[in-house]
Amino acid sequence: MTFRNFRLVLPFAGPGATTRDGFITHVGRRSLDAGRALRDVRTWAPLLAVQMRRLGVDSVPIALFIAVFTGIVLSLLSSYIFTGAVPLYFVGALVGKTIMMELGPVLTGMALAGRVGASIAAELGTMKVSEQVDALETLAYDRYSYLVVPRVLAATLMFPVVTAFAVAVGVASGWITAINLLDLSTTEFLKGLRQFYQFKDVWFGLVKSASFGFAVALMGCLRGLTTQGGAQGVGQSTTSAVVLGCEAILVLDAFWALVLL
Amino acid sequence: MIVLDSLTKSFGHASVLKGLSLEVPDGQNTVIIGPSGSGKSVTLKLIVRLLEPDSGRVTVDGANVGEMDRDELAVLRGRIGYVFQFAALFDSMNVAENIRMGLVRRGYDEQAIRERIEESLEVVELRGSEQKMPAELSGGMRKRVGIARAIALKPRYILYDEPTTGLDPVTAAVMDQLMVRTRDLGVTGLVVTHDMRSAFSVGDRLAMLHEGMIRQVGTAREMQASHDSIVRQFIEGRPERVTLEPPVRRSVG
Repeated sequence: MTFRNFRLVLPFAGPGATTRDGFITHVGRRSLDAGRALRDVRTWAPLLAVQMRRLGVDSVPIALFIAVFTGIVLSLLSSYIFTGAVPLYFVGALVGKTIMMELGPVLTGMALAGRVGASIAAELGTMKVSEQVDALETLAYDRYSYLVVPRVLAATLMFPVVTAFAVAVGVASGWITAINLLDLSTTEFLKGLRQFYQFKDVWFGLVKSASFGFAVALMGCLRGLTTQGGAQGVGQSTTSAVVLGCEAILVLDAFWALVLL
Repeated sequence: MIVLDSLTKSFGHASVLKGLSLEVPDGQNTVIIGPSGSGKSVTLKLIVRLLEPDSGRVTVDGANVGEMDRDELAVLRGRIGYVFQFAALFDSMNVAENIRMGLVRRGYDEQAIRERIEESLEVVELRGSEQKMPAELSGGMRKRVGIARAIALKPRYILYDEPTTGLDPVTAAVMDQLMVRTRDLGVTGLVVTHDMRSAFSVGDRLAMLHEGMIRQVGTAREMQASHDSIVRQFIEGRPERVTLEPPVRRSVG
């Protein structure tokens, strides 16, 4: 059996991965590279904190901005849907559940796919086309240990943290909207929030966001490191890193819903 | 000694190297000359395995580079400095940090690192530029920092990829002096260039790369006296002969 083009299956695969044997070799090589890079703690550990700040802490403002408006809209929308049919305190339940389990992780993930994925792909792509990646190798650094592992680990660790802030702010903005613009008190809002709350709601969202962080950073790194050409190549890599990151988030979202719910 | 044995390399359907063989003797500057796109830079990348040959063998000090594992390759790369065509400085780091990268990797202590940075910047006459960012440097200065980064590791070999391309004549002459000075420090140099003035200035031996193979090897004097038309054409910078139709004369009367 001959696979015409494995790039459809594995968009970041190199030129050698266009046949079945090439694909298997490619996956095998990448797995070995990943294993070796992870063991090279001496190289990536000092870079991890810097990447956690760049990819995580610096992303908090955009995540919170999105969360504030998501909370407002959800609160108003649920009130509009429930009026006359369902007790209004269910607004608290809907805002809490939806933000914790779905909108918090997914919208934050999408925003960070744009910010983090694009930033990684552009940075590594520029390094690739200007031979800085080759220069790293000639100085005896492994490109995966130095460039990929700290970014992927940082995103995996920091996406849940950013998401947790976004969830808290989203629920808070939904609550403030409910008590100011709807005919709802704090007690009623909290009653709805508590009534259907399960601890699983929280960790489900955080596990999802960790997987989103992993996928977004990995796409950014692999697209960046396979950049060819000049400025146009960097632009193409950046665009495709964002698109692939967003697609990966949607696929993983469905996957976790199937597996964990 | 670096030995390149029957190297072939293709990119897609384009065959760049078609059986290149060359010996790079110790303690000398060997210069590979040839037109743009003839595979000179590819040859350098094959030596440190930034690229893999399709066939053939690269040996450095008797060890086959193609059979090395990652750890052995890291040791090899520690013995070979590489000066990139556009310097390839890490643009998020200043000059000192660029030079420091390789030294940290080799486990030098802070005192030794500081000394090596100062020494190497002294050699390339860039003392006082430690805190400058690559964006603040001219093309020539960037290339000199590239050389400083390579020699700070006290390598046995240095590979220079088009070291004078894009430089003004004075800066190019400074680069030539640096390559000669580095050789005099005992470092074996392999230079690829199409700048003949530079090649004659720094090269103890010249090798002409033509259509993926070495066409002729010799000293500067031997190359200048070559009777090979391809070599002469390249050295003298003559374009391909263009055949022009003679003007048609009409006979009158």
